[in-house]
Amino acid sequence: MCLGVPGRVTEVDEMTAVVDFWGVKRRVRLDLCDEPVQPGDYVLNHVGFAIRRIPAEDVQTTLELYEQLLRENTGQGPEDLMAADVRAEIEAGRS
Amino acid sequence: MTANPLEFRDPQRARELTEALERAVAAIGRNPVSVMHVCGSHEQAIARFGLRATLPRALNVIMGPGCPVCITDMPEIDEGVALALQGVRIATYGDMIRVPGSAGSLADARAAGAKVDVVYSVAQAADLARETTEEIVFFGTGFETTAVATAAILLNDPPPNFSVLSAHKFIPPVMEIVSEMPDTRVEGFLAAGHAATITGSGIFEAFVARHHIPVVVAGFEPLDILAALLRLTEMIRDGQAEVSNMFPRCVTREGNRNAQEQLWKVFKPIGGRWRGIAHIPNGNLRLRDEYAHVDARKRFTIDVNALWHRSPSSLVRQCICGNIMAGIASPSDCPLFGRECVPEAPVGACMVSSEGTCKIWHQYGGVPDLRAPAPIEGCLRCVPAEPAPVPAPRVDGGVA
Repeated sequence: MCLGVPGRVTEVDEMTAVVDFWGVKRRVRLDLCDEPVQPGDYVLNHVGFAIRRIPAEDVQTTLELYEQLLRENTGQGPEDLMAADVRAEIEAGRS
Repeated sequence: MTANPLEFRDPQRARELTEALERAVAAIGRNPVSVMHVCGSHEQAIARFGLRATLPRALNVIMGPGCPVCITDMPEIDEGVALALQGVRIATYGDMIRVPGSAGSLADARAAGAKVDVVYSVAQAADLARETTEEIVFFGTGFETTAVATAAILLNDPPPNFSVLSAHKFIPPVMEIVSEMPDTRVEGFLAAGHAATITGSGIFEAFVARHHIPVVVAGFEPLDILAALLRLTEMIRDGQAEVSNMFPRCVTREGNRNAQEQLWKVFKPIGGRWRGIAHIPNGNLRLRDEYAHVDARKRFTIDVNALWHRSPSSLVRQCICGNIMAGIASPSDCPLFGRECVPEAPVGACMVSSEGTCKIWHQYGGVPDLRAPAPIEGCLRCVPAEPAPVPAPRVDGGVA
């Protein structure tokens, strides 16, 4: 419940956006976002709400961190709780 | 595509940070120097990368009350359980349903025939209410990051059969209380990055001024945490007390004003207990009077007394979750840890959540401090009792 997940905005309507999280597309609410967003922007999603538009200069760094986290957990050794939380957050609203 | 793949995991950088940390802690000259983080995700990262093994022996990184599931108080869970047993349909976050109250969990209530739905988001709970005429109560737990989401739903025309049982908590006040606990003696705090995304790092300034204890806002990556610990110990060494934002990618001083406005429009801070810790003035978020119509506590008569005939497990009395979250005990101090209390059959809340200290420690072989007296069989990250003088930082994600 603590960790948000970044994704790329593909569509925006008034109150929600479709956000692509590594291929998983989900509708995310924009009520709480700190800045207006448009397609192509990246947002930090937390329990179905965008809580921050990620500044363009920080997008790459942010994505790399999560990609590393997800890539390293390949089923070897104990299940990684942080990666599992991130994955659950990505998969949660999959329709 | 990867511009700088080693930016976060550069072992050389990790070594430099741990060496600087060693010098800073040595210069403080006390043993132990105790600092506390208040975020389950920080504990996950620390355990996952075996960071405690690379830290100076005199530096004690305590996991504080940073697991939202864990600090939800038993009487709050009892309210949810009682309401569910009265026949009201409850929707809540996944981890919550397994947390034992004083007379069982929501999962127990469900097994007894109550309707309990797991949702990923409060938005799903509101959608559920739109699909039915039944009353739906969202049992809202978590810190400011989830409380803002509850607020946003209540501000946007929730369906008439939707209400909220708020057990939301607000982190800054608990830091005040924990910093004054004589047994804990916290000299610095690592504040959680994503909660501060909402509140801004500025929210800690008043705390720092009052208590003269430094606060560093930290990210979740191992090097983020090492760098934040270094900044924290340097401030302790220099007798400095400031708020330092080491996670500027996500956190600004002001935070997310839009989200804050919605949070305080709907919620008011009131005093209340955090499970196992203390009464925390202003630590609980309750709905303001203007939202009485969507407040489950006002909408329903919640008969907690009806639970009295359900006797709690005698094991619950031995659970030391509270001491663990207050930073005065470790999971390994608990007689139940790994025996009667395991993730499949948790006795205490700390073993339920993926952000709970006991669950995290259990997952990573019992004692995620690699200097544990005896390596645990099958633990990929354990090293011998007396490691080489300068152990290689386990930050490359490899296997020892």
